[in-house]
Amino acid sequence: MENYKNDYLQYSTSEDGIAVIMMDAVNEPTNLFSWEFIESYAEAARRAIADDAVQGVIVTSAKRDFMAGADLRVISNPPAEGAVILKNLLKTHELLREIEKSPKPFVAAINGNAYGGGFELALTCNRRIALDGNYKFSLPEVQVGIFPGGGGTQRLPYLTGIANALAFILQPKEVKPQQALKDNLIEEVVADKDELMAAAKRYIQNNPNAVQPWDDKKYKIPGGGILTPNGMQTIIGSIGLLRKETHGNYPGGENALSAIYNGLQLPMDRALEVEARYFVKTLNSPVGKNMIRTLFFAMTDAKKGKSKPQGFPEYRVNRLGILGAGMMGAGIANVSAAAGMQVVLKDVTREAAEKGKNHTEKQLNDRLAKGRITPEKAQDILGRINPVTEVETLKDCDFIIEAVFENPQLKAQVTRETEAVLGKDKIFGSNTSTLPITSLAKASERPANFIGIHFFSPVEKMPLVEIIVGKETSDRTLAATIDFVTQIKKVPIVVNDSPGFFTSRVFGTYTGEGALLLTEGVAPALIENVARRAGMPVGPLAVSDEVSITLMLGILKLNPNKQEHHERLIELYQNLAEELQRPGKKAGQGFYDYPAGEKKRIWQGLAKLCPANGDSEKITADVIQKRLLHIMALESCRCLDEGVLNNSKDGDLGSILGIGFPPYTGGVFSYIDTVGIAQFVADCDAFRKQVGVRWQVPDSLRERAEGNRKFY
Amino acid sequence: MDAYIFDSLRTVRGKGNDKGSLIGITPTALLVECLTALKERNNLDTTQVEDLIVGCVTQVMDQGANIAKTAAQQSGYGNHLSGATVNRFCGSGLEAVNQVAAYVKAGFKDLAIGGGVENMSRVKMASDGGAMAADPSVALPGHFVPQGISADLIASKYGFSRDALDSFAATSHQRAAEAEKNGRFNRSRISVKDVNNFVVLDKDENIRPTTTTESLAQLKPSFAQLGSIAGFDAVAIDRYPEVEFIQHVHHPGNSSAIVDGAALTLVGSKSAGEALGLKPLARIRSAAVSGTEPTIMLLGPVPATQAALKKAGMSKDDVDLYEVNEAFAVVPLYFMEQMDIPHEKVNVNGGAIAMGHPLGATGCMLLGTVLDELERRNLQTGLITLCIGGGMGIATIIERV
Repeated sequence: MENYKNDYLQYSTSEDGIAVIMMDAVNEPTNLFSWEFIESYAEAARRAIADDAVQGVIVTSAKRDFMAGADLRVISNPPAEGAVILKNLLKTHELLREIEKSPKPFVAAINGNAYGGGFELALTCNRRIALDGNYKFSLPEVQVGIFPGGGGTQRLPYLTGIANALAFILQPKEVKPQQALKDNLIEEVVADKDELMAAAKRYIQNNPNAVQPWDDKKYKIPGGGILTPNGMQTIIGSIGLLRKETHGNYPGGENALSAIYNGLQLPMDRALEVEARYFVKTLNSPVGKNMIRTLFFAMTDAKKGKSKPQGFPEYRVNRLGILGAGMMGAGIANVSAAAGMQVVLKDVTREAAEKGKNHTEKQLNDRLAKGRITPEKAQDILGRINPVTEVETLKDCDFIIEAVFENPQLKAQVTRETEAVLGKDKIFGSNTSTLPITSLAKASERPANFIGIHFFSPVEKMPLVEIIVGKETSDRTLAATIDFVTQIKKVPIVVNDSPGFFTSRVFGTYTGEGALLLTEGVAPALIENVARRAGMPVGPLAVSDEVSITLMLGILKLNPNKQEHHERLIELYQNLAEELQRPGKKAGQGFYDYPAGEKKRIWQGLAKLCPANGDSEKITADVIQKRLLHIMALESCRCLDEGVLNNSKDGDLGSILGIGFPPYTGGVFSYIDTVGIAQFVADCDAFRKQVGVRWQVPDSLRERAEGNRKFY
Repeated sequence: MDAYIFDSLRTVRGKGNDKGSLIGITPTALLVECLTALKERNNLDTTQVEDLIVGCVTQVMDQGANIAKTAAQQSGYGNHLSGATVNRFCGSGLEAVNQVAAYVKAGFKDLAIGGGVENMSRVKMASDGGAMAADPSVALPGHFVPQGISADLIASKYGFSRDALDSFAATSHQRAAEAEKNGRFNRSRISVKDVNNFVVLDKDENIRPTTTTESLAQLKPSFAQLGSIAGFDAVAIDRYPEVEFIQHVHHPGNSSAIVDGAALTLVGSKSAGEALGLKPLARIRSAAVSGTEPTIMLLGPVPATQAALKKAGMSKDDVDLYEVNEAFAVVPLYFMEQMDIPHEKVNVNGGAIAMGHPLGATGCMLLGTVLDELERRNLQTGLITLCIGGGMGIATIIERV
C-alpha cells in the first residue's frame, strides 16, 4: 500500500484492492492535459498495474472539472519542432495504450466538465461513470483551430458511431451526462458522489479482464465501420458539408476528418499514429495559433473584464433602464433580465414598451418548447422586465442604456429627460453604432458619466459590446460599464471616440470595397461568393442590403473628407436607393431581389448598371479576396494609429465578433501577420496604384514592415 | 501498322434495377454471350485470339478479381486466352478497344478483343469505394462533387436551361425508338439468354417512345438535396465562384439510364484478318484522352475530340457522324455548342438517355452503333467520345474501309 501526491494528482490504494488516481493540479484552477500530466498519470497507472494488491483503478478529479482539456498555453506556442511534438505525442499514445491494454479495469469516475483532453483521457478508461449534473462532455478543439489530438478522433467513433462522432468533433456537439449516456459516450450516470465511487468499484470487481472495444475483434462500430456503405456515405457527406461550412479555411476539421477516414481502417496503435501526424500538421498551420490567441486568450481576458481601469470596486447593476424598446432595446432587456437584473424598459407608448417585452416572451417560449429552460425560470426572467412610458420610473436605475433612433436631437432630448431623474453617480450609456459619443455627451449635464455602449444585432446571439470612451468619460464610468458588460456575460472591447468607432468604421470599408468592385465591372456573384469563400459570413452586397443602402448613403454624405471613391459610392447608392427604388432588403429589393418564400437572387439589372469590361475581367478571385479582407485590416491599422483602438488584441477580437472578420485569421492584425507584413504592404501599394488613395499605407505600418515587426 | 475492326457487337440493355430483365444474368455471363456470338458470327478460330481486354468500372463482387480473365476462362476460347480488366470509368469500354488497337498498331498483338461490361443492377455504382470521393485528404483539396452536381454546374455556368435539356432528352428517345422500329440496331445487337438458352431480353428495355419534353418537365431534379443537404453546391461554387447558384436541372429523364449490358469489338492487323478470312469493316484512325478540372468533371469530350482530330490530321467537318455519350443531357449539348457541330450529326440513333449507360460497356457500344450507321448511310468517318468521372474525356475516330 502506498499513497503519494505530486503536482498533478494524488495516488491512493485501499484494502479492497481499489487504487484511486485523483487528478488535482497544484496551483491551477483546473486539471489540464499536458506532457507532464501524462507522465505523472502513466507513472501512477503503471504502479497500480504492477501492484498485485490492486484489482482496478478509479480515475477521478478533486476539482470542479474532471479535466478542462489541453493546456493551450503549451499548444499555442509550441516549444519545439514539429518532429519533437510528434515524438511526445506518440509517446503519450504509447503510455496510454499500455495502460489500456492491461487487463486491470480503469474506470473514469467523472464528476465535472470533461473537455478535450479530459474527455479523451476518459475514453482510454474501460468504463465511464458520470455524476449527474449540469456540466458537459465536449471536444471543443476545432473552435480554436485544432482538433482532438489525444486519441479522440479514433476512439470516439467506436463508442458512438462515426456520424455522431463527427458531430462531436466537427460541429462541435456538446452534451450533459444524461445525453452522453444516450450517445454511448458513457455507460452509467449516478446521482451522488458516494454512488459514483461505489459504482466504479462494482465495475472493477465484476470485470477483472477488461478489453477496450477497439481491441476486441468481434466488436462492431455502431452504424458500421468506415468502409461499410453507411460509413462511406457518412464520410462523403461530411466532406461536402465541411467545405460548405468552412470553405477550406479551417485545417483543424479537415485534418480531423482525414485522420478519422484513414485511422478507422487500422488497428488502434497505428490509427493513433495517423491522428498524431495530422495533429502536428494542424499545429504547424497558423490557424490554430491565431484562433487560440484571439478566441481563447483574448476572449477569456475580455470576458473577465481585464481592460477595466484599476482601482474601482465592482459596479453592480441591479436595476437597468433602457430607453427605446425597439429591436436593440428589447434584446438588451432580454439578456439583462436573464442575467438577473431588474429592467425598466421605456418607450413613448405603452404599446411600444409592451412590444419590447413581448420579444423576450417569444424567445423564452421558444426555449421552453425546446426544453432548454424551466417554466419557473422563464417566468422569473419575464417578470423582471417592466415596460413603462414615464421617465420617473427610471429614477432608481443604476445604469441607463439609450437605444432610441439614431437621431442626435432625439438622443439629446432623452438624455436630458433621463438625467433629470437619474441618480447623479449613475451611468448613462448610449447604444449608438455611429454617432460620436463626445458630441452626444454635449447634451449631458454629467459627461463624465456618459459613455458609448454599442451592442450588435441580434443582441442575444452577438457576444461583442463595443464600449466607446468619449472625451470626458471618466475612468470610473468605463470601469462600471465593463462591469455591467461582464455581468450580462458579453465580451467588451474598449475603443476611443471616432466616427463609426472601430467596428462600424472598418465594416464600412468592407461594404464599400465590395460595391467599388461592382462599379469596376466585377460580376456581383463573384464578389459575393469570393467573400463567403474567404470566410465572411455574408457577402458585402447582401450585407449592404441588410443594413440598408439608404442608411449607408446617409453616413457617406455626412463624411466631411470625401475622397474619389466616396463620390463613386454615393453615386451608386443614390442610383440604387433613390432612382431605382432599391434601398435594400427591408424594401424587398436592393442589390438583390427578395422573392417571397424563395432564396434571394442577385438583381439581374446590376450587370447593366455596372457592366463588365476588359479590365474587370482581369480581376481574379484572389485579388477580390485580398481587396475585401486587406481593406478592413488596413483601416484597422489606421484605427490603431489614431488611438481609436488601444491595442491590436481588441482589434482582433472586435473584428471577429463584431463584423464577422473570418475567425480562422485570428482577426485583422493576426491576419496581417499571417499574410506577412511586407507582403501586405506590397499588396496595398499595388492597389493604391490601381484603384485609389484609400489604399494608402500609413507610415507606422510601412515602418513595421521595414523592421519586420509583427503584431504578435 | 493499322488496326482494323472486324466485328463489333453488344447485348441488349436491361434496366439496371431490381425489376430489370438482366439482373439474374451475371456480368461474366453477359461477356460470355458476347464472346460466343463473336465466335459464331465470324466462324472465328479462337486459338488465334491473343487477349481479351475488358472495361469495367465497379470492379468488386461479381465484377471483381479480373472479370476479363474470368470470362475468358468461361468462354471456351481456350486456355491460351488471356484477360485484363481496365478502368477508365465511363470511358472504359472505349479505352479497352483503344488499348487493343494500340497493341495491334505497335505489333505487340495481331488479333485481340476489346470491350466492356457492367451489370449495374447486381453491382451498384460506387460500391467500390475509393479515395477520390471518400478520403478527405483527397476529396477536400480536390473539391470533389458527385457527377450530377458537375452536370448541373455545367448547365448553370454555361446557361443550359431545363427546357433545352428536356428537349434533347426527348429527342434521344424519339431517335432511339425510330431506330429500333426500323431495325437499325439489329446488326450488332444480340439478345441475352438464360442458362437454358431461353431468351430473357431481346430489345433495349429502357427506350420510351412516348417521352416528350412536356412529360419530362414533370420530373423532380435529382441532385438538389445532394447540393444543399450534403453541401456539394457550396463545394462547386467554391471552385467556380462566378456561378451565383447551382440550378438543379438534371433528373432521371434527362440523365443516362442505369442499365446492364456488355459489348465487344474484334480488332486485329490486316494480315491476321486475311489469315482468318475476316473482313475489315473499319480502321481505327486515332484515339486520345484528356484530363480536365475535376469539379466540373464532364467537359472532357471537347479536348479529347480536339486531340483525336489533331492526331488524325482531320477537322471536325471531316467527321460524318458523332457519338457523344449522353451521361447527362448537358454533356452533348455543351459539346455541340463548343465544337459548333449540328445535332443532325450527333447521336443520330439516340443515346444513353434512351437506351442506358452500362458504365464499362458504353464506349464499345457507341463504336458499334456509329459503325453500323456509317455503313447504313454509306458514310466514311465516325467519332466516339465520352465524358469521364474525375475529369477526363476519351475520343476515338474510326473510318470505314
